[in-house]
Amino acid sequence: MNINATLIGEAIWFGVFIWITMKYVWPPLAKAMADRQKLIADGLAAGERGKHELELAGKRSADALRDAKAKAADIITAAEKRGAQMVEEAKQVAKVEADKVVASAKAEIAQQVEQARAELRGRVADLAVAGAERILKREVDAKAHAEMLVALKQEL
Amino acid sequence: MASGEALTSSGYIVHHLTNLTVGHGFWTFHLDSLLVSGLLGLFAFVGMAKLAKKATSGVPGGLQTFVEMLVSFIDQQVKDTYHGKSPLVTPMAITIFVWVLLMNTMDLIPVDFIPLVLGWGGVHYFKSVPTTDPNLTFGMSLTVFAIMLIMGVKVKGVGGFLHEVFTVPFGAKMAPVNLLFRIIEDIAKPISLSLRLFGNMYAGEMVFILIALLGLWQLPLALPWALFHILIITLQAFVFMMLTIVYLSMASESHG
Repeated sequence: MNINATLIGEAIWFGVFIWITMKYVWPPLAKAMADRQKLIADGLAAGERGKHELELAGKRSADALRDAKAKAADIITAAEKRGAQMVEEAKQVAKVEADKVVASAKAEIAQQVEQARAELRGRVADLAVAGAERILKREVDAKAHAEMLVALKQEL
Repeated sequence: MASGEALTSSGYIVHHLTNLTVGHGFWTFHLDSLLVSGLLGLFAFVGMAKLAKKATSGVPGGLQTFVEMLVSFIDQQVKDTYHGKSPLVTPMAITIFVWVLLMNTMDLIPVDFIPLVLGWGGVHYFKSVPTTDPNLTFGMSLTVFAIMLIMGVKVKGVGGFLHEVFTVPFGAKMAPVNLLFRIIEDIAKPISLSLRLFGNMYAGEMVFILIALLGLWQLPLALPWALFHILIITLQAFVFMMLTIVYLSMASESHG
């Protein structure tokens, strides 16, 4: 073993390499690794959060769907009820209308009957007078018996 | 193989274990160790720095993923062992592991390959595995040792540090013994750290050289040893890193 000045040279090399590593190799690499670690941790946390939110959204959408179904059922029931009611109302209205039409028809009929009776009454009186005129030709004085005829007319 | 050198077994081995040197006496420099370790380190750390500069916190590319996996693995080791706040420990552990691993991996290049290629260029000695050079392992372990002492003083203060040196483990009455224990303990740290790495890699390289001496028989032997050696390469890099973390955490924690 011959120890000589090479030792000093090697120690200098060693020092230089330690200096390079300490100044230019280790800090940037350590920083890059720490940053990446943080990045990955953040990404994982975000993923977890996203998953959680997805779960919540799923729950919310299921709730909304259930609400919508319930509401739709309500609406259908209400509509059916309303429809039945409308039919009922229409029936009512139609019945009233029909009654009205029948009543007015009956009134008209009665009126016409009355009219026809009045007319007939007049005609029967005339016919009676004409018949009596013919039978009694000369004896009957129209003026003297007019009062009696009017009384007769009233009786009919 | 170097011209003019005897083609004996020992000559072959010595040739492979001789450094490319420049200078004399203490001021000798092993050019091969300095060059290989420097180039590997520059390649690894400048490359990693470039990659880290455009590192994104978004989806990482393949290379970034690989480097991040490596450094976060090392950072995990540091976090498990070291509970102080120094920003130096993790980068230091990364440096040690990556650098030692790359230098050890040079061992897997066939032993004759690099000397052969460089021999054509007139370079006759080249030890391509820097971790088989005790200068490198001691350079590293002494740097770790210095940082350990500085960190101890910084965390506990000069008074606290000296108090610990003189009172642990036997209390103030046995101060000289405590000091002696402490000196032995602290000297053992850098020596064991560097000799462990050096010994393992040197022995591994030696086995590769011996296998290479077997002629045709090296073919079925070199592969299993290389496969096994991959384990040692990784393990030694990991052990050096781990012990450094342990020493630094011991330096920054109270002994009692």
